[in-house]
Amino acid sequence: MTSPIQPTPDHLVSALVRDEPRVLTRITSLFGRRGYNIKSLSVGTTEMPGVSRMTFVVSGDRGVVEQAMKQLDKLHDVVKIIDHSLEKFVDRELVLVKVRVENTDRRIEIRQMAEDFRARIVDAGHHALTFEVTGDEGKITAFIEQMRPFGILETMRTGRIALTRGSNADIPSHIYHEGETQTLEPLLQSAPREGKAREVNNLF
Amino acid sequence: MTQPDPIQPDSDQRGQPQPTVPDMTGAKALWATLAAHGINTVFGYPGGAIMPVYDALTYYPEVRHILARHEQGAIHAAEGWAKATGQIGVCIATSGPGATNLVTGLADAMMDNVPLLAITGNVARHLMGTDAFQEADITGITLPITKHNYVVTDPDELPMIIAEAIRIARSGRPGPVLVDIPKDVQLAAFHGELVRPQATPEMPAPRPEAIAAALELLKSAQKPVLMVGGGAQGASKEITAFARAWQIPTITTLMGLGAFPASDPLWLGMPGMHGSVAANHAISQADVLIGFGLRFDDRVTGRVKDFAPQAQIIHVDLDAAEIGKIVRAHLPVRADAAQAAVALTGDAVPFERPEWNAQLAEWKTRGEHPTTWGAAQAVRQVVARLRPDDILTTDVGQHQMLAAQLARFEKPRRWLTSGGLGTMGFGFPAGLGAAMAEPQVTSIVIAGDGGFQMTAQELATLTKYDIRNVKICIINNSYLGMVRQWQELFHEKRYSEVYLGDSNPDFLKLADAYNIRGWRADNSGDLESAIDAWLSHDGSALLEVVVPNEHGVFPMVPAGAALYEMIENEPVKVPDLGEKMNTLASNTAVSEVSSERKTEASP
Repeated sequence: MTSPIQPTPDHLVSALVRDEPRVLTRITSLFGRRGYNIKSLSVGTTEMPGVSRMTFVVSGDRGVVEQAMKQLDKLHDVVKIIDHSLEKFVDRELVLVKVRVENTDRRIEIRQMAEDFRARIVDAGHHALTFEVTGDEGKITAFIEQMRPFGILETMRTGRIALTRGSNADIPSHIYHEGETQTLEPLLQSAPREGKAREVNNLF
Repeated sequence: MTQPDPIQPDSDQRGQPQPTVPDMTGAKALWATLAAHGINTVFGYPGGAIMPVYDALTYYPEVRHILARHEQGAIHAAEGWAKATGQIGVCIATSGPGATNLVTGLADAMMDNVPLLAITGNVARHLMGTDAFQEADITGITLPITKHNYVVTDPDELPMIIAEAIRIARSGRPGPVLVDIPKDVQLAAFHGELVRPQATPEMPAPRPEAIAAALELLKSAQKPVLMVGGGAQGASKEITAFARAWQIPTITTLMGLGAFPASDPLWLGMPGMHGSVAANHAISQADVLIGFGLRFDDRVTGRVKDFAPQAQIIHVDLDAAEIGKIVRAHLPVRADAAQAAVALTGDAVPFERPEWNAQLAEWKTRGEHPTTWGAAQAVRQVVARLRPDDILTTDVGQHQMLAAQLARFEKPRRWLTSGGLGTMGFGFPAGLGAAMAEPQVTSIVIAGDGGFQMTAQELATLTKYDIRNVKICIINNSYLGMVRQWQELFHEKRYSEVYLGDSNPDFLKLADAYNIRGWRADNSGDLESAIDAWLSHDGSALLEVVVPNEHGVFPMVPAGAALYEMIENEPVKVPDLGEKMNTLASNTAVSEVSSERKTEASP
């Protein structure tokens, strides 16, 4: 694996983890003590019981991110690491933005602008509108910048989430069977976890 | 005085899963599972939240429990057991303070990859999180210093968790795993199933492309050098064969000592801060450096950017995260050291590099230790008595570095030292644990006067179990010698809080208080006869060697310097007044002490 990957400040990494107590603490504490920077982190359950999926945006040069992934992979509760920079992926982020509405003219202006971004109104008050926008990071940042002059009261972003493109599933369905996720034995037997997705380029 | 341990191991039942009995509890399931894993010795200390486990222990005579005098002693003893045998060490403590006393040992085991199972009690489930008496969040505390840890919330899961914990501790790069068991889980009726040991996953084999590339690099080498680390202790035979087949000069790191026989002319010694002149210069001038099972610790590399500046580095390690972490590997090989060594041995072309060999031979003559009486002389005389099967453990500091420089190991797992964490107080309990694992060999402990006092209470454990094969040598220079050396070199001789000589105990009287014989020597001639008496004594014994404090450990690579910038020999001292006063004061103290305590402690 020698394909040159240009260092970028942000790297998108997903992890499949066992849904065990403290798994989030284990992961964030690892990032903290080794000095890696997490820009965003989102966590959710998957279609498989007992397995959660996390998407991180890690900032740092390629070496730092590789080291972070390798360290993550050593955690017992981490089932698989997916380095999205090595494959085509689709990513999305959701944001809620509460914008100040001073008068009716402004309200119209704001709503028109929001339509351009296909933003949905999820709450409308006398003095504020709350929008929901979904998209990639660029679109969300652009939306926030457009709204800024009107006065943003508050925002909440979910952080990026991502999946590999195509029909390949990161969770091979044959590994998981109902009732077996308790012991997760098949997962452990499925090592080496050296699928293509987590092959990192300095490993020959 | 010595009571025989009432509980004798019964090997007949070992390795057999116990049948589920009607009054089975979580605590009994724990012991049944440990016994089924062939664990016949555990080290521990009871307390409130682990009492059901200790109660259940009485039903399992096949497991021997060694009662230490401090949980830190118990866990270091378990580490010594594990390091000497390569098998898992087990220790047990109660909740709160008992559990927190394990922290140092867990961190030590994590750094040095010691397979260890730590079992702690905790308050009952309904009390967890309420700041109950002796409650501590030990899983939270030990999260960064264990390979993994568990809280058992369902008694029926206990055997599965223990089996998994043991597998994790032993597999791949070994390490400590902690299992925290609330008291009510220990007491609860057990309705689950006992489990058989889980197989450890197979070690990764090297990729053929990597091996082919490595062979090519090796064949092209003009100045090759092999570095062997602690991760290769289990691959000693294969790596030795590899090195001999290629005739590669071989360096063993502090943790790798013994993985390559010191008697072999290819051996160059230890690299790094207190490494040999030959090892450090060989690394600095090598054109191909192949490393097995090492992690290029900062004490090994010196200034990283000038580490092996001319070398193409082949890094063989099991742990992908270690490859490229500190030193960039030109050829990374993620593989089991033994398999990689075997794969690289077949096509060997023995090196004939007369110039390189002549250069190495010249370096090997450099960096002599002082011949006048001092710690180096004392350590030299003690380690000269090591037989190939004997185990040597040390604490941390000058005596450790001197022992690492001067001892000659022919076999792996005979040198047990705290390398990564640098734990004072490790040596004696670790030596005790190793001695229990291998009662037929002599376990020699070298400690300083400072470190020995950190776990000296385990003298009681020697006596309690009548352990007869631990020989403790205290190199007493009245100072925290290594800190003093740094103060001398880098803090303009401001000796801040390092003098112990005014308040050290009479170590022979201390030993005598535990019914252990002791000898003392304060010069080279007396030392030889004292060593004879100490080693030939039938039973464990203590030897105190009183040495002056003025010598440092050399060669030395100052922190932040490159390996080739090492100070080869002790600089000639220009005594200033402060130094003189200090030396005078401590010498007086020492001579007073030694004249007063010349005689052996009474038996």
